[in-house]
Amino acid sequence: MTADIPMTTTTATAQVDKQAAPGKSPGAARGPRRTGRIRRIALPYLLLLPALLLELLVHLVPMAIGILMSFKELTQFFIRDWTTAPWSGFDNYQLSVDFDAPVGEALLHSFLVTCGFTLLSVGLCWLLGTATAIFLQDTFRGRGLLRTLFLVPYALPVYTAVITWAFMFQHDNGLVNHVLHDQLGLTDKPSFWLIGDNSFIALLTVSVWKGWPFAFLIVMAGLQNIPRELYEAAALDGAGMWQQIRHITLPSLRPVNQVLVLVLFLWTFNDFNTPFALFGKAAPEAADLISIHIYQSSFVTWNFGTGSAMSVLLLLFLLVVTGVYLLLTSRRRKTADV
Amino acid sequence: MRSIRAAAIGAVTLSLAIAATACGGGSSTAGNGSNDSPKTLTYWASNQGASINVDKKVLQPELDKFKEQTGITVKLEVVPWSELLNRILTATTSGQGPDVLNIGNTWSASLQASGALLPWDAENFRTIGGKDRFVDSALGSTGAQGKDPAAVPLYSMAYALYYNKKIFADAGIAKPPATWDELVADAKKIKQHGAAALGAEGANLSENIHHAFVFAKQHGADFFTADGKPDFTSDGAVAAIKQYVDLMAKDKAIPPGNAEYAQNQSLSDFAKGKTAMVLWQTASATFKSLGMKDDEWGVAPAPTPSGTPGTGTSVNSMVAGINMAVFKNTDNHDGALKFVKFMTSDAEQKILNTAYGSIPPVKAAQSDPAFNTQATAVLRSTLAKSAEALPQVPQESQFETAVGTAVKELFADAAAGRAVTTESVKARLHKAQQQMPAK
Repeated sequence: MTADIPMTTTTATAQVDKQAAPGKSPGAARGPRRTGRIRRIALPYLLLLPALLLELLVHLVPMAIGILMSFKELTQFFIRDWTTAPWSGFDNYQLSVDFDAPVGEALLHSFLVTCGFTLLSVGLCWLLGTATAIFLQDTFRGRGLLRTLFLVPYALPVYTAVITWAFMFQHDNGLVNHVLHDQLGLTDKPSFWLIGDNSFIALLTVSVWKGWPFAFLIVMAGLQNIPRELYEAAALDGAGMWQQIRHITLPSLRPVNQVLVLVLFLWTFNDFNTPFALFGKAAPEAADLISIHIYQSSFVTWNFGTGSAMSVLLLLFLLVVTGVYLLLTSRRRKTADV
Repeated sequence: MRSIRAAAIGAVTLSLAIAATACGGGSSTAGNGSNDSPKTLTYWASNQGASINVDKKVLQPELDKFKEQTGITVKLEVVPWSELLNRILTATTSGQGPDVLNIGNTWSASLQASGALLPWDAENFRTIGGKDRFVDSALGSTGAQGKDPAAVPLYSMAYALYYNKKIFADAGIAKPPATWDELVADAKKIKQHGAAALGAEGANLSENIHHAFVFAKQHGADFFTADGKPDFTSDGAVAAIKQYVDLMAKDKAIPPGNAEYAQNQSLSDFAKGKTAMVLWQTASATFKSLGMKDDEWGVAPAPTPSGTPGTGTSVNSMVAGINMAVFKNTDNHDGALKFVKFMTSDAEQKILNTAYGSIPPVKAAQSDPAFNTQATAVLRSTLAKSAEALPQVPQESQFETAVGTAVKELFADAAAGRAVTTESVKARLHKAQQQMPAK
């Protein structure tokens, strides 16, 4: 639940460090000159103080408390004053990663479902977004209208949109079954989308519908930076559309894509709103995303220690993935530069 | 220079303000109640009427009356059921909660364990007129045995079988089914006439648990051992859950679409005449708000194996209801008790329970003729003779989630046409039990 925090946290603290560093200059002058100097040294710190405190308050303190909670046996008996909860060492972690026992097994299952879901969702979002952006690159009548239309899912409030989808996915009166079964006759009988195995498809559909406009927007912006002359030169050399895309568009988009895929990955992996609005507190096994699984492990069963331990594990996983991803992409960029 | 100084001062002031807010947050968490603000109370009401607005219309005139009598202003917030437990949990952790609140009576023991609610000891009960004003069955669902109750009964409800008179007449059924066999036989006749037989909320965890509990009782099983340990996989419990899910899987009485119902769609199906029966608690007010006339539906005791509701394996309802609790750290302790006394007074009990179609848990109010109508007579006799309280153990709310989810998934299997066998039921229940906290 808190896993989108590390990104902003690291960058923000890094900035603080960078800005604070020049203030450290040893050496002492006496008298009024000295106080003037102290003032000058102190000023940047003073000005940074509110931001630093807010940063602590909003990001770091809750994170630290979350980590602390994961080492406690924080059940309903202690929630009134969680500091009185007994320390449980690594029990919560052991419980979470013991994949032979039901709790760990369920967490692993949920993790794998989330991985599969994220891969498919990010892949499809990127593919749809990039394809559409490329098709809309040439000017034609109605282009502005289409661009606006495509951004609508991104602009809609998540809950409203997902609840509408939930209505459409209903078994008895839903639009999806009406079209697929009643009108097109594609299925033998109306399918269940909100329970059972199909729920994965339902979740993926909504996620892609909701996420691809962002990819479209970012790629569209990236495309504006590619010099038109490159295409003209390529066209003169006899490159077709597909070759132009492969050798000009995609390589030029690489920096944009690197950030885009990372952001989409983090958002999708942590997505809570979509499964919660679609399925409620208990998601079907096939669509048991990790964020909602952790929610159920803490809020619904009132076992906040285990929930926190799972959150910390998720945080670690996302940190590692992000770190490795950034390392790989920056290394590739460096070799490309050379 | 001046502007730099101003900026510096501004920065320091802001920092102090932030630090102060940070420290000020949870200071009242462990407080034990006071009378610091004797003129106001915050009250979280549960959603009893057809909508939040209906509740506000019912409650506000009464709160105005209370203000006239005591000079205390009650700030009302009606909290939907989907949010209520989470809101209470948040209030418990932060210490920033209401003074008085409604809770589902099955949560009593779980919330009692958190220590956030004021225990109703003899003295507190005395201020509201004594414990013996309340019906025993309702008091049985106010917290763990041997401890002071965590809450006071406010509205009592029970399950009954509601049926559509016209569909029954069309199918040639003379009287509502009293046993499950009769229900299954009637379901066949009803389906031949084009309607669905029985409505259910397959994806609603609480509804699932209420039915699971009653079926388990009828099989002589309990979900917790006498010393409070979870025991979900006994033969009786497995047979009970299987019998309930088989109403969809084998008997085809419940239409498969109901497997994904969780927002009372089964009630609107019933009101529209799509389904012939629902097993529900205190549904009369909801039917009315859904546009169904009082003479269009009938009500009978929920079926039992023997056909005669009673105790033991003839139990046919849980003791459903709403309790009223006071947050221990209230800053208007005396006012809160006065408010509970007001809400549980004979006069208010009659007004409120009439408005909601529920039964007063207060003996003196219960004998009022208003609670002897078609809708309420069955509920009253069920509560008196054949209803039992859900297990009053601290793990009750976890049990609701774990077993409720197991039943939801079994319904999903049944809806998808997969077999529901004794083994598959047992496997799901085994998994549910493993998820219960070890301590």
